[in-house]
Amino acid sequence: MKVLVPGALHHYTKRSPVQAEGATLGELFDDLERQFPGLAFRVVDERQQLRPNMRVFVSGRGVRDLAHPLRPDDEVALVLALSGG
Amino acid sequence: MSTVRTPRRTPASSATALVLLVATRKGAWLWHGDARRKAWRVDGPHFLGHVVSQLALDPRDGRTLLAAVKTGHLGPTIFRSTDFGRRWKEASKPPAFANAPGLPARAVDHSFWLTPGHPGQPGSWYAGTSPQGLFRSDDGGDTWQPIASVNDSATFRPWMGTQQDGTPDGPKLHSVIVDPRDPAHLLFGMSGGGVHESFDGGGSWHTLIQGLEVVEGFDASDVSFHDPHCIRQCPSNPDRYYQQNHCGIYRLDRSVDPATDRWVRIGRKMPKRVGDSGFPMVVHPHDADCAWVFPMDSQTVWPRTAIAGKPAAYVTRNAGRSWQRLDDGLPAEQAWWTVKRQAMTSDTRPTPALYLGTTSGELWIGHDEGARWKPLARHLPEIYAVDVAERA
Repeated sequence: MKVLVPGALHHYTKRSPVQAEGATLGELFDDLERQFPGLAFRVVDERQQLRPNMRVFVSGRGVRDLAHPLRPDDEVALVLALSGG
Repeated sequence: MSTVRTPRRTPASSATALVLLVATRKGAWLWHGDARRKAWRVDGPHFLGHVVSQLALDPRDGRTLLAAVKTGHLGPTIFRSTDFGRRWKEASKPPAFANAPGLPARAVDHSFWLTPGHPGQPGSWYAGTSPQGLFRSDDGGDTWQPIASVNDSATFRPWMGTQQDGTPDGPKLHSVIVDPRDPAHLLFGMSGGGVHESFDGGGSWHTLIQGLEVVEGFDASDVSFHDPHCIRQCPSNPDRYYQQNHCGIYRLDRSVDPATDRWVRIGRKMPKRVGDSGFPMVVHPHDADCAWVFPMDSQTVWPRTAIAGKPAAYVTRNAGRSWQRLDDGLPAEQAWWTVKRQAMTSDTRPTPALYLGTTSGELWIGHDEGARWKPLARHLPEIYAVDVAERA
């Protein structure tokens, strides 16, 4: 599936979007880590939680649970949270 | 762990070039200085926009740099360079906590402190983190292992407090010290949680808080109330330590029995109008009776600024029996910055210079052991750490 990657992570991917697979959001990060070593830990901490200022949208819907199931036609966007102000 | 022979430490010759490693809230800079400390060339920014807690050189090979880095959004990592910053490579396994059964799970927010390991253990490093944790690498900083005797200890964990305790951007494990005479002899401080020491390479630990004071009204026997800011071991006498604490300046002279060792509050000899609060502690590279501090305002609501807007370092040359003010060249008034715990240091020349970075982004050199201060740079981001590397 298509994964949109923010500029802050282009250090790893060199481009956006990228293609990655997974039956869940957690598996998708496993695949991203296989392709782009180091990326996952910048986004997901050692408790398997999304870092506080990262957001993930799955086909337009905000998701924080890494067990969230994915469909092959989903589009995933990794987004730096906007702080506002 | 066996004892490894310590290479003799010698003063850097006057022909040695200097490099200042400056870590800031928005990136890192290297200031290359000539042997006379007169001409400086800036290299940077590295990691522009990244929060860099510290940049450290491996003195064992003279070329490997480690940088403790995070951003406002992305998690913490370590970058390494083996060509003095021309190229950086990310650690393949940065510090991350293990699961500690029965204890709340934690995630490293940032690596805060980097200490090269013993000279006889090439490639070894220690990292202190926030939340408070201790990590070790044995491959030059590429992969990091959590030290379970600290991070997963049911004894340590209550002393460590929480993100809500004390330190504004999170409690920090700092001042990781490896005894140059013995790689198994380790010491560290926790910004909330006291001073701790190991004689078996981190297998077991004991506290070193006797003589340290805590905030009035609290129980000094409770380790969690102790707030060391910066601890340094004297290179010329490794049995002597100095400490800048939330509650004063201290000296510790080791005896043969750690149970009887007691910190002495040498800050009592500071001028009363100045007091003895601050963050950094700097020790002379060749004279264990000489040390420097940079006091800050700790009255009422803890402004954490230069006292009365008049910044000054203070030096003792008799192990804390008296102190002298060193402010020649520093702003005479209306300067409300301060110096964080990693942002003041010295080189190792026979007559060392001091270096400090301010919260307002100024980099200063204190020639002749801090007697004459001159600015090296202004308008940098908030400076978190200043280290000196010396190259032949």
